[in-house]
Amino acid sequence: MKAVITVIGKDTVGIISAISAECAMHGVNIIDISQSVLKEYFAMIMLVELEGLKGTFLEFQTELDKVGKEKNLDIRVMHEDIFNSMHRI
Amino acid sequence: MLNTKDILETINMIKEENLDIRTITMGISLLDCISDDQKRLETKIYDKITKSAENLVSTAVELEHTYGIPIINKRVSVTPISLVGSCIGSDGYVRLAHVLEKAANELGINFIGGYGALVQKGMTKGAHALIESIPEALATTTKVCSSVNVASTKAGINMDAVKRMGEIVKETAILTKDNDSIGCAKLVIFSNIPDDNPFMAGAMHGMGENDTVINVGVSGPGVVASAIKREGFCDFSRLADTIKKTAFKITRVGQLIAYEASKRLNTPYGIIDLSLAPTPAVGDSVAHILENMGLEKCGTHGTTAALAMLNDAVKKGGVMASSHVGGLSGAFIPVSEDAGMISAAECGALTIEKLEAMTAVCSVGLDMIAVPGDTSAATISGVIADEIAIGVINNKTTAVRLIPVIGKGVGETVEFGGLLGYAPIMPLNKYSSEDFIARGGRIPAPIHSLRN
Repeated sequence: MKAVITVIGKDTVGIISAISAECAMHGVNIIDISQSVLKEYFAMIMLVELEGLKGTFLEFQTELDKVGKEKNLDIRVMHEDIFNSMHRI
Repeated sequence: MLNTKDILETINMIKEENLDIRTITMGISLLDCISDDQKRLETKIYDKITKSAENLVSTAVELEHTYGIPIINKRVSVTPISLVGSCIGSDGYVRLAHVLEKAANELGINFIGGYGALVQKGMTKGAHALIESIPEALATTTKVCSSVNVASTKAGINMDAVKRMGEIVKETAILTKDNDSIGCAKLVIFSNIPDDNPFMAGAMHGMGENDTVINVGVSGPGVVASAIKREGFCDFSRLADTIKKTAFKITRVGQLIAYEASKRLNTPYGIIDLSLAPTPAVGDSVAHILENMGLEKCGTHGTTAALAMLNDAVKKGGVMASSHVGGLSGAFIPVSEDAGMISAAECGALTIEKLEAMTAVCSVGLDMIAVPGDTSAATISGVIADEIAIGVINNKTTAVRLIPVIGKGVGETVEFGGLLGYAPIMPLNKYSSEDFIARGGRIPAPIHSLRN
């Protein structure tokens, strides 16, 4: 399954590096990265493949949550289908 | 790759505009539990519910994590208990309410609905006994919800039931007076009750349903309110279009969750209920949608038109997004559960008469309205009769959930807490309906019920 990781917050050094380190550690392959601005915040969006995920989806989410708390960022991992359902007919 | 703008729009809806799945409700038939032995009946009901829904809460939590969308309530609705318990004595019903409560606690769900009766034309002994047991059942449980259908477009209005339900509301209020008459918040009186409504307190599992079924209620008044605000000053065609597009997106999420829940629980998918269900939270109000359309305060002239358009546009957008739509589907206007409604009632912009007019064009009815504790049972029956007549004549569901708050009067406020919110006590007409309600009998079905 593919998932979308979104990172929203104040832009700081090392965000992409921290997230990709977590992805690598959990066997999650990054397919695409883009960035944008949501209101005054920095928003990074990653499309990832969870096929080779080590451990559970929840564990991966929990680890990213920790990174989010440390760096004061809102990090979400969501199944891509929620976006597909909402925005594609 | 998915469009960045679309992804951020979804995130913003969840993060800032309170988009959520309001409820996943599993409907469970209890018809195969019927027994004339009370103990056996209780065991079968408990076992059927706890076995059928054993994975409901864990699956909902799993879906929340996978899709990143909050699922606020996990609920169960069952076959109207008056039918299931019709073989047992009249004092056995309260015990069944306790069995439902125990099953709900075991499952960890928020509410269980279906402690009710269908009496639109007449009353069986079982239905009569159940109705008599409602005050005690609601006073001695916290998760059990009760609904009584007193009318339908096909059958007309059972005015004996309307009269008795006015008294039952009052008795429930008195029995729960130490908690601001909260028992009444779990009791709804319906016309044209739907078989597949996932929302409480009126959820029940209808007679023509599967053994078990998954129904999902979506929400998202905040998302619609924000979309209207973003659109700025535009004409009504464009406004309706904006609402439709937003309702489509909200409903698609509901459809996804319903499909996945049904698959993971190995339970057939029933319907999506396309309702805009408000909560007392800031930014989650149906009243604020109407105000964003250009009304200074919800309840002022123009409110009924605004609500009619909102309700219709939500259905049009939602129906395109889902394979099966049902339940109540429309905009809810519960006073105590909607920050904008509370504020409008407090400043006098919103009165019960205006709310009654609004219910003619939206889903459900006079909902979560706190009235003075000294209101007579006949007046409550009068309010019920009016609201039910709107449903019967207009071929739609309407309902009444009034809370006569014992010991409190107009000008005071009552706090129910949580999703039930708080409300100012609203005045009712001071003139009597006593002799009208005392007549009893049935109001005949309207001419348009003869469609065959």
